[in-house]
Amino acid sequence: MAERILINTVTRVEGHAKVSIYVDDAGEVSSAQFHVVEFRGFEKFVEGRPFHEMPGLMSRICGICPVSHVLASSKAGDRLLGVEVPPAAVKQRRLVNLAQILQSHALSFFHLSSPDLLLGFDSDPARRNIFGLIDCEADFARRGIRVRKFGQRIIELVGGRKIHPSWSTPGGVQTRMGAEARDEIAAGVPEALESVKLALDRLKSVLDSFPVEIEHLGNFPSLFLGMVSPRGEVEFYDGVIRIGDAEGNIVADGLDPLRYYTYLGEASEEWSYMKFPFYKPLGYPGGMYRVGPLARLNVAASTGTPLADRELREFKQRSRGAVCQSFHYHLARLIEMLHCVERIEELMVDRELMGKRVRARAGQNQNEGVGACEAPRGTLFHHYVVDDDGVMQKVNLLIATGQNNLAINRAVTQAAQRFVRPEAIQEGMLNRVEAAIRCFDPCLSCSTHALGQMPLEIDVRNSRGEVVNRYRRGR
Amino acid sequence: MSVVTLEIDGKVCTGVSGETVFDVAWNNGVKIPRLCHIGGLPNIGACRLCLVEVEGQKKLLPACITPVQEGMVVRTWSEKLIAHRRLIVELLFAERNHVCSVCVVNRNCELQDLAVELGLDHIRLRYQFPKLVADTSHERFGLDHNRCVLCTRCVRVCDEVEGAHTWDVSRRGALSQIIADLGEPWGESDTCTSCGKCVQVCPTGALFEKGKAVSEMRKDRGFLKYIVTAREKGQWIR
Ligand code: SF4
Ligand code: SF4
Ligand code: FES
Repeated sequence: MAERILINTVTRVEGHAKVSIYVDDAGEVSSAQFHVVEFRGFEKFVEGRPFHEMPGLMSRICGICPVSHVLASSKAGDRLLGVEVPPAAVKQRRLVNLAQILQSHALSFFHLSSPDLLLGFDSDPARRNIFGLIDCEADFARRGIRVRKFGQRIIELVGGRKIHPSWSTPGGVQTRMGAEARDEIAAGVPEALESVKLALDRLKSVLDSFPVEIEHLGNFPSLFLGMVSPRGEVEFYDGVIRIGDAEGNIVADGLDPLRYYTYLGEASEEWSYMKFPFYKPLGYPGGMYRVGPLARLNVAASTGTPLADRELREFKQRSRGAVCQSFHYHLARLIEMLHCVERIEELMVDRELMGKRVRARAGQNQNEGVGACEAPRGTLFHHYVVDDDGVMQKVNLLIATGQNNLAINRAVTQAAQRFVRPEAIQEGMLNRVEAAIRCFDPCLSCSTHALGQMPLEIDVRNSRGEVVNRYRRGR
Repeated sequence: MSVVTLEIDGKVCTGVSGETVFDVAWNNGVKIPRLCHIGGLPNIGACRLCLVEVEGQKKLLPACITPVQEGMVVRTWSEKLIAHRRLIVELLFAERNHVCSVCVVNRNCELQDLAVELGLDHIRLRYQFPKLVADTSHERFGLDHNRCVLCTRCVRVCDEVEGAHTWDVSRRGALSQIIADLGEPWGESDTCTSCGKCVQVCPTGALFEKGKAVSEMRKDRGFLKYIVTAREKGQWIR
């Protein structure tokens, strides 16, 4: 099939996104597909490596959310050792995970999405980026950059480096946390809190100007999957899996993340390298579910921190059942940021965080281990099988963007049908298709995030599959 | 034992007859690069990183096995020597799979240090990407052939110091590989005493302690000096 050719030019996940828009004989958009290359290579080339190397190797999957991979990988390693991780290590991991979610969300919101939201979807594409934003909203943009920096600084202080820290390892973490690190983090909390609150108010104040986008950029019923604490609160590091439906009912609760494969299946389609996970009891593609901020807030009863809880209550008022508009991923992201800062503040006075024992030592005791946690973009699963000498035999990674794959495709189709007029394509139309993708903050935009533009290619095809119009943007 | 005077990089140095150019240079503060040489083990002159220019000699000589002579004029750094050393290190990197960023000895590696010292920012040769395995069958240690540079320090320390002679080199050329006993998995070796000396002398991350994560492995070379001092001077001090 012709559309596969262009995918082959993509070499890694931080590469290009490609969208095919299909037009029927009447000239109307009939469907759209979002193509992407996934991390299959990683699953293959780590085979044969000792499992202690895995956190370091896995962190290289992504430059935006390396911490999530390090954590899921370390947790899978904890299972292989069969140990209980010391509380100080758990707290350090929690802290860095919060920082990771905070900085990644800040990037998504301030650098990537706010140009659309504050400057307008139809504004000049040359200025519709973080630089354009700095020009007209200097203070706002600067605050965004500083919030992100705060998150990265925490990762650096605790994990040893900003990107690809590999301080976390099977059994715990490598080093104890120092008092200076804690003091520096604690000192940064007030400003971060203020900036996030400001951004939240700002977003809420402009939401009303996007009724059409909210309605048509990925607004559809689906399941939602996220990790919650045993009390049903938002939980990023260690908890149980809860699945909710569009009406707001809990479909399944208390699911063991380590047994994800009993309730999550993975389908594949020949036009995308990305897998299509689905909720097994509802089959494929009926078992489509969304993960990430929107899903987490939909399934959780509360966040467990006061400021974020107040926002969550308001958030849940936006819809009678679950909030199904993907546009509200943005809002959910900001509420989570608020929650992250609150939790970071709590950890700063937690005595266990500074504990001396940070690693449980043991030889390998199991041949199979699963590690799961919440990454910025959704629930992340690492599943390892090793031989008796601890050498990797099989790896399966279930990644957030992959789990949103079905939903992203659905959102792209919806946005294309509503906004794209095939006979007279305009930049603003395509930007909305892209905005539908951007709601999910998919990880493939990693490498080019900074400029607020992910390389994107859109093909418009007729019913015979021939390309009738092609639009390219980015690098 | 007679005193020998020679010139190294324009500096007048003294040594004792029977000492190598390498040792005299180092004792006088001139650091010649090396990989297969390690103090306390017999030299084999295999890696050729210590090549130096000696006045009156057409050939370059490996400093670690060249005895000092009265009046020698030695140059340890020149454009030509740097070019040769660079190429040797490039060959080592191209021959096997070195992924420093995820290696147990990242930032504590002699091969990596050499690359940095020689300003190696890219490899001009085609990477071979051989398919090699890691042997983690030993209870406490692992051997990753991907990172082995075949310096045979492990072979020598095991044979000469520990007296076990577990390690040896099998096959030839690019196919050469370190083997335990007659090619058994390390964990099944009858001769290995699990002393760990090989792990500590290995210049790279090829031999490592199991359970160590990225950048976590530090090699302890002090033990070798301790043993040598005890053997040669009868002093049991560190
Ligand atoms: S052994 Fe040294 S050169 Fe080889 S991968 Fe490890 S750090 Fe890099
Ligand atoms: S295993 Fe280490 S010490 Fe032994 S030959 Fe290879 S690089 Fe040298
Ligand atoms: S150090 Fe002299 S040849 Fe290797």
